[in-house]
Amino acid sequence: MSDILWISGGRVIDPANKRDDTGDVFAVDGKIVAELTEDEKNAAERIEADGLIVCPGFVDIHVHLRDPGQTHKENIATGTRAAAAGGFTTIVCMPNTTPPADNAGTIQYIKDAISRQAVVNVYPTGCITVGREGKRLAPTGSLKRAGVIAITDDGDCVQNTEIMRRAVEYAGMFDLCVMDHCQDMSLTEDAAMNEGANSIRFGLRGWPNSAEDIIVSRNVILSSYSGAHIHLQHITSAYAVDIIRRAKQRGTRITAEASPHHLSLTDECIHTYDGNFKMNPPLRTEEDRLALINGLLDGTLDCIATDHAPHTDYEKDREFDYAPFGIIGLETALAVCLQTLVGGGHCELPFLISLLTCKPADILKLDKGTLSHGADADITLFDPDLEWTADPEKYQSRSSNSPWNGQKLRGKTVQTIVGGKVVWNGASVPAVS
Amino acid sequence: MTANSTWAHKDFISIEYLSKEELEIIFKLASSFKQTLDRSQKKLPSLRGKTLVNLFMEPSTRTRVSFEIAASRLSADTIFIAASASSLVKGETLRDTARNIVALNADLLVVRHSAAGSALYLSKIVDIPVINAGDGAHAHPTQALLDCFTLRERWGSDFTGKKVTILGDILFSRVARSNIWALQKLGAKVTLVGPATLVPEYFSSMGVEVSHDLKSALVDTDALMLLRIQHERQTSTHFPSLGEYTSMFGLNEMRASWLKPGTIIMHPGPINRGVEIDSKLADSENSVILEQVTNGIVCRMAVLYLCASAVNPETNEEVI
Repeated sequence: MSDILWISGGRVIDPANKRDDTGDVFAVDGKIVAELTEDEKNAAERIEADGLIVCPGFVDIHVHLRDPGQTHKENIATGTRAAAAGGFTTIVCMPNTTPPADNAGTIQYIKDAISRQAVVNVYPTGCITVGREGKRLAPTGSLKRAGVIAITDDGDCVQNTEIMRRAVEYAGMFDLCVMDHCQDMSLTEDAAMNEGANSIRFGLRGWPNSAEDIIVSRNVILSSYSGAHIHLQHITSAYAVDIIRRAKQRGTRITAEASPHHLSLTDECIHTYDGNFKMNPPLRTEEDRLALINGLLDGTLDCIATDHAPHTDYEKDREFDYAPFGIIGLETALAVCLQTLVGGGHCELPFLISLLTCKPADILKLDKGTLSHGADADITLFDPDLEWTADPEKYQSRSSNSPWNGQKLRGKTVQTIVGGKVVWNGASVPAVS
Repeated sequence: MTANSTWAHKDFISIEYLSKEELEIIFKLASSFKQTLDRSQKKLPSLRGKTLVNLFMEPSTRTRVSFEIAASRLSADTIFIAASASSLVKGETLRDTARNIVALNADLLVVRHSAAGSALYLSKIVDIPVINAGDGAHAHPTQALLDCFTLRERWGSDFTGKKVTILGDILFSRVARSNIWALQKLGAKVTLVGPATLVPEYFSSMGVEVSHDLKSALVDTDALMLLRIQHERQTSTHFPSLGEYTSMFGLNEMRASWLKPGTIIMHPGPINRGVEIDSKLADSENSVILEQVTNGIVCRMAVLYLCASAVNPETNEEVI
């Protein structure tokens, strides 16, 4: 007997196929199908989606799962449960683990852990350089053979331009995307927050926009000369958005993402010195925030990615200068983006869904983020008006380092389906059969 | 007198969130305390039986001793905990250290820390008053009090029409930031002057004038506040050398001649003679540097008294 799914009566939004109507979505044996026979309908598991949005499962190309080595913060089970709770059916995990994912053996370990623990699709990335030290190229070809879908040194941006040049040329040979966290480290020594009026007021070391702008420019230039695809992670600076816009006009193979927190918060939030507002890159100004939104609207920035970065409470709850950078984001991303982008009047719902589904999937050429017939039945059902409170006790993530803790949010995933199986029912992750 | 009828703050973290009226409450109380300084019996009973802990995570002599004397004048017992001796070097978090101090029955916590925001952070963890004795480059509010108290003794309580120039390393200075708030609340105009790398334009968002031209900043100022060049804190990138700083921005006799007669010269100490100020000028009759130190005691007495009273209303008795 086949597994048959019939999701009926929801507003189906599938940006890849320009679909936006009230109707049904069907799946048989984990694949989307155009319709069901009468017999299949009778045998189908029926999910009533009246009043809900039915869309492709979200895709997050920037997630930290902390396994191996930092499983006190997160592991593949808890991280993928958090993804499921947030409506994400496909995530891409970063290689800044301990040890770093700079060799095929570590990638194999991660893949084994994924196959045992993950409740959503997980694709690993590998390092650009050995030990993420920026000195010697990691064995990119072996990493690709082991299954990475991109390479990145993540939080440790490659500082040496010669190394970066060779990395993108070499990876270009395998058509492997190089994802870069754009930060000129010489400009950010001891920096804790955006440089500007607020860093002056709060007495914290400033992190200038130029630290990002310079590396974005470098990457645009390297991509332009080599033809290699460079993806720019979590862009925050208005000037950088402008650089990317011009690069795209010239046809350079650059893609870029923005994170929900940079789209919704500014450095003013840091007046409480709460470590949950400390991230890398830092929260910027209102001008930068609006430039990011405009960048998404005109296609300069390609997608939204959370940079889900779990840290324990005892690591985060300390002097602002000493707290580690980063926040979790998988479980709040939908609500924050709905409120900021749709609620803020910047775009319509289908456009937002495209930023969370087909657009991020396209960047890494993943066969995901659509409800096309024959595609994997990765489907998210959400209620855009459901109000809930972000309760640190209730996150699926092992960590709770979020700036939205205790806040009322609007919009919540009520069902997440991966390969035709329900992995989130609105309250918990059902036991896998 | 009972000076604290409208004082409601448990903690003393930053001048930024205080009103002019609240500053006035502190100054009036400090004035009364000052009158007691010449008595042969200097101790007041106000904080008798209370224990004050000086938690200093960063080296300091002047501020720590000043708080110790202020506390002892109010009959409190003081305990000093230095970073090198504390459990923090053994990996204990600041939260746990603070909670242990409270569990040891402390009544007041004075904290100095190199990380901005740590005093505010501690004030949310513990129920006892937390007094900020300097947090990174953020705030040094009792220093601003004693500076303004010193000016107030000359100018009266309204600083309207007065111009105060702060010269030197503003970027890394918590003293400058706290004074910027305090002086402007009292009505003064504030000009910051120094090299562009140490006096970034962003400071103008705090309502002050930013200048890199020493002469124009000095000619019409009523008080000149000099700051030490914190060469132990600077990365080597902010200016070429101490010698270059002195040659461009040091206060020497020639530059002092640009000042109006009677311009008050201030310095929070410690002074680097021959670097930011010529040795003679530091000792000149316009210099109030040692008066600032003495006034620090009475201003800190006022703050300790007011914050202790805010959590223990019974302390609110006739103090003098």
